[in-house]
Amino acid sequence: MDKTINVTLKVWRQRGPKAKGAFETYKLNGVSTDSSFLEMMDQLNEQLISERKEPVVFDHDCREGICGMCSLYINGHPHGPDEDITTCQLHMRKFKDGDTITIEPWRSHGFPVIRDLMVDRSAFDKIIQAGGYVSVNTGGAPDANAIPISKEKADLAMDAASCIGCGACVAACKNGSAMLFVSAKVSQLALLPQGKVEAARRAKAMVAKMDELGFGNCTNTGACEAECPKNVSISNIARLNREFLCAKLKD
Amino acid sequence: MSSIGKKTIQSITGGALILFLTFHALMNIFVIISPEAYDAICEFLGANWYALVGTVGLAALVVLHFIFAIVLTVQNYIARGSERYAVSARPKGVEWSSRNMFVLGLVVIGFVVLHLLNFWYKMQLQEILGNELEMSGAEFVQDLFSHPVYCILYMIWLVALWFHLQHGMWSAFHTLGWNNNKWIPRLKCISNIYTGIVCALFFCIPLYYLIINLIA
Amino acid sequence: MSNETIKIDSKIPQGPLAEKWTNYKAHQKLVNPSNKRRLDIIVVGTGLAGASAAASLGEMGFNVLNFCIQDSPRRAHSIAAQGGINAAKNYQNDGDSVYRLYYDTIKGGDYRAREANVYRLAEVSNNIIDQCVAQGVPFAREYGGTLANRSFGGAQVSRTFYAKGQTGQQLLLGAYSALSRQVKAGSVKLYTRREMLDLVIIDGKARGIIVRNLVTGKIERYAAHAVVLGTGGYGNTFFLSTNAMGSNGSAAWQAYKHGAYFANPCYAQIHPTCIPVHGTNQSKLTLMSESLRNDGRIWVPKKLEDAKALQAGKLQGRDIPEEDRDYYLERRYPAFGNLVPRDVASRAAKERCDAGYGVNNTGLAVFLDFSEPIARLGKSVVEARYGNLFQMYEKITDVNPYENPMMIFPAIHYTMGGIWVDYELQTSITGLFCIGEANFSDHGANRLGASALMQGLADGYFVLPYTIQNYLADEIRTPRFSTDRPEFEEAEKKVNARIEKLMSIQGKRSVDSIHKELGLIMWDFVGMGRTAEGLKKGIEEIQRIKKEFWSNVFIPGDGKDMNTELEKALRLADFIEIGDLMARDALHREESCGGHFREEHQTPEGEALRHDDKYMYVGCWKYTGEDSEPELLKEPLNYEFTEVKTRNYK
Repeated sequence: MDKTINVTLKVWRQRGPKAKGAFETYKLNGVSTDSSFLEMMDQLNEQLISERKEPVVFDHDCREGICGMCSLYINGHPHGPDEDITTCQLHMRKFKDGDTITIEPWRSHGFPVIRDLMVDRSAFDKIIQAGGYVSVNTGGAPDANAIPISKEKADLAMDAASCIGCGACVAACKNGSAMLFVSAKVSQLALLPQGKVEAARRAKAMVAKMDELGFGNCTNTGACEAECPKNVSISNIARLNREFLCAKLKD
Repeated sequence: MSSIGKKTIQSITGGALILFLTFHALMNIFVIISPEAYDAICEFLGANWYALVGTVGLAALVVLHFIFAIVLTVQNYIARGSERYAVSARPKGVEWSSRNMFVLGLVVIGFVVLHLLNFWYKMQLQEILGNELEMSGAEFVQDLFSHPVYCILYMIWLVALWFHLQHGMWSAFHTLGWNNNKWIPRLKCISNIYTGIVCALFFCIPLYYLIINLIA
Repeated sequence: MSNETIKIDSKIPQGPLAEKWTNYKAHQKLVNPSNKRRLDIIVVGTGLAGASAAASLGEMGFNVLNFCIQDSPRRAHSIAAQGGINAAKNYQNDGDSVYRLYYDTIKGGDYRAREANVYRLAEVSNNIIDQCVAQGVPFAREYGGTLANRSFGGAQVSRTFYAKGQTGQQLLLGAYSALSRQVKAGSVKLYTRREMLDLVIIDGKARGIIVRNLVTGKIERYAAHAVVLGTGGYGNTFFLSTNAMGSNGSAAWQAYKHGAYFANPCYAQIHPTCIPVHGTNQSKLTLMSESLRNDGRIWVPKKLEDAKALQAGKLQGRDIPEEDRDYYLERRYPAFGNLVPRDVASRAAKERCDAGYGVNNTGLAVFLDFSEPIARLGKSVVEARYGNLFQMYEKITDVNPYENPMMIFPAIHYTMGGIWVDYELQTSITGLFCIGEANFSDHGANRLGASALMQGLADGYFVLPYTIQNYLADEIRTPRFSTDRPEFEEAEKKVNARIEKLMSIQGKRSVDSIHKELGLIMWDFVGMGRTAEGLKKGIEEIQRIKKEFWSNVFIPGDGKDMNTELEKALRLADFIEIGDLMARDALHREESCGGHFREEHQTPEGEALRHDDKYMYVGCWKYTGEDSEPELLKEPLNYEFTEVKTRNYK
């Protein structure tokens, strides 16, 4: 039941944002195929600590695929070769004995490396702060059932809202574009009557912030959607374009 | 200008160029169906003022499309960050052409220059300058494609053009916001077929002359 | 012990139960808008409670400083809550009401929570749903456009609102968006990747915190007029739990060491439906939403030989015929069936596994089976309801739950215990408030499903923003504090000394290896079934681990730079002490109630046996120093409005 494999890891190590990084190669034996990828990384770190070396730094938290903290560009794919999951849900049974696994941080101008595999994704927070909300204060909200919302729209909004803000879309995009992330939030709120009121303002503000922060331009390659662990659709990007262009035309 | 604004210009200019190519292809195909009809069209689209305005407009579209492509590509290159991935894989479902639009565009524009030298320089430009044409439009075509090298070069070009267009067309709709979950596969299919027909019409011509010349 | 010397004042307002909160709000002190601008509030944590509090306080005009350990407020562990949030809307017309939600919650908590707090919680529950919908939270809806509901454990009405299997995520993103709006407005300042390492007290009032910048390793000081902790629970004491890797009890523990009472630490919730442990390298346990128990049926084989064959891998769940299956929850609790509260379901699973009927190779798992609902409703309906959970299960276990029953086992999930707070959510330290899972207030000895989200948001949106004003109204003349004051100086020195001490040990063991050892001790002796003997043994073992940790831990790297091992070590140092206090509390509470099950105290049928005559109180532990035992204070629970009964789900 408990099968183990031996793997070779090529891990990106970098002291700080300005330091020069390089790959280090580590051999790791006896990895259970039932382990998750991050448990394998824990095992690597335990091995490094036992050799009195500094462990590899990587972001992780909930380990159940929802917090969006884990990242890692594994063998050419953000969140690794398996589909519809984050790195923490990737399991070692997807790898074979003797495999070499290359592990890199998200690489994008918008996400500078902090150390090793950890990157700074605060740009996403800044984009949300620019307008990714409904301007409503606590208290005084009307009854939740006061405005009926069609199930279809609510479901579409939910699909867009399932974005976990991990940044895999930016990491996967050859243009380093954050359009899928931005469009998911704009779509979620534009689809709902509560968010529709300030949809135009929101779309303009969020796109302006996205551009300002140096994310690239979307060229509709669809890599973001293909690598998104939550299957957020690029149709949201079309909706964002629509919202944005209509808002600009009205000006 | 915002990223979406720049992309909108790409979409509109690109869309207009696809329309131009559509008419261009429909006219060209006459060169193998009926050279006389083709010459009549050449005559009709000679150095009239509206043809000239059209030509200038067309040139402006190409220039805009090209300039914005450069701006977008440079920005995208910078956005990717200074360090490149050591290993990268093309995710499932991502078209090869979509990742190489700029390169394809360069190939296309390189050939456009050649094409202008081959035909436009000898035909419309001479007319504008008031010079007498050496031969009729159909004869120019026949003359050029009597060299099999040109036939093959043009055929390669048209394949590159098709790759550029089949992504460009649905992408233009997407950028303009005319897309949704249902229409993404439909638009991709329509783009493939539509641009396929346009390019096939062009493709027929060098292919036709290549075969004729081989048989002769 | 001097139980009678300190009187615990819970500040419960006078009046009938249903009018207490209204009366309180009508008579409390408020702060006028121009004064609000002059008052600073530190909020530690950006989960449902922290983010909603920071956002609401910011909207009101206070100056808020908001801290989190993650890179973004959106990643707080509230995000992982799957199933839903309760509210007494009665949209389903099935007889729900504020009183019924109150009653279910207080009964679910085994009559160990305060009546007034729980009633207030039920009262504001409806406002939460309204608020979230206004923020654009995409709750599930019916075709007619109205909100949909599902059922959860411990209730006979459908009152749980949900957004697919990602309700916590959607609610947190709602609070996060409100918070982001205030960040833009300038009323909230956000400090991410910062971990609170100490509380600063000036003249007896909480006035600031010391944090470690997790990126630079620098120690930073922040001052304010009041400090709010919304730092979650301490479930990770067990190492393996459903909590996030970074979830920790350190902020609460620093408050405890400064004199905030720690209430009911032994009340820890074991969630019945988690994916079983696979091996020693396991880093965390994954929860499968309680909503699965709406349709899924829990069983083990009737025959011991079938169980043996399952354990040996010779049989699979689907091979066992219907008549040989023991649907033990439906058998034991016909009225609630598979929807009994979590503590009951967990203990029943343990009972079966202890009797040898476990169904996986370790013998520590039971089946959660969907073959009957798939046959009844069709695969597509089941997929629409639980598709994402099934996918998650398959990714982790490599078993397709549509074809073979899922295997589940209980795991540590939530801690009902926490920092003691009064009705105003103020701790026993003046100016220090505590909200959400970090406090002890509303769930008694056991929390019902879909109530954690309700409590976090109730505290943050609708309770604290009122009650904190009652305190701040008297602080409007207090000028801002300089962080150069000696109190900050001293606190920072203390933190630095602690870090230096940890870095200087340079022993042989990694932090995780010691934490795993602590986790096993906790699970074995302070877990689902506790005995006096086991708890005493547990306390001894924890002391041994404490010595081992402080003499043999190895932390590589530099203490004054980013250092992930140091972060873990600082947390583990506190977990060890929390574990000790949990065991002490469990040992002193000679009864079984909710999540606390003492094997000596059970009915002949194996149900929890309370001793209301002796233990109808909140056990509040007061720190007395590094080398002395903590002191137990008691806040009696007076049930004036509700008849206290034995819980019965039969």
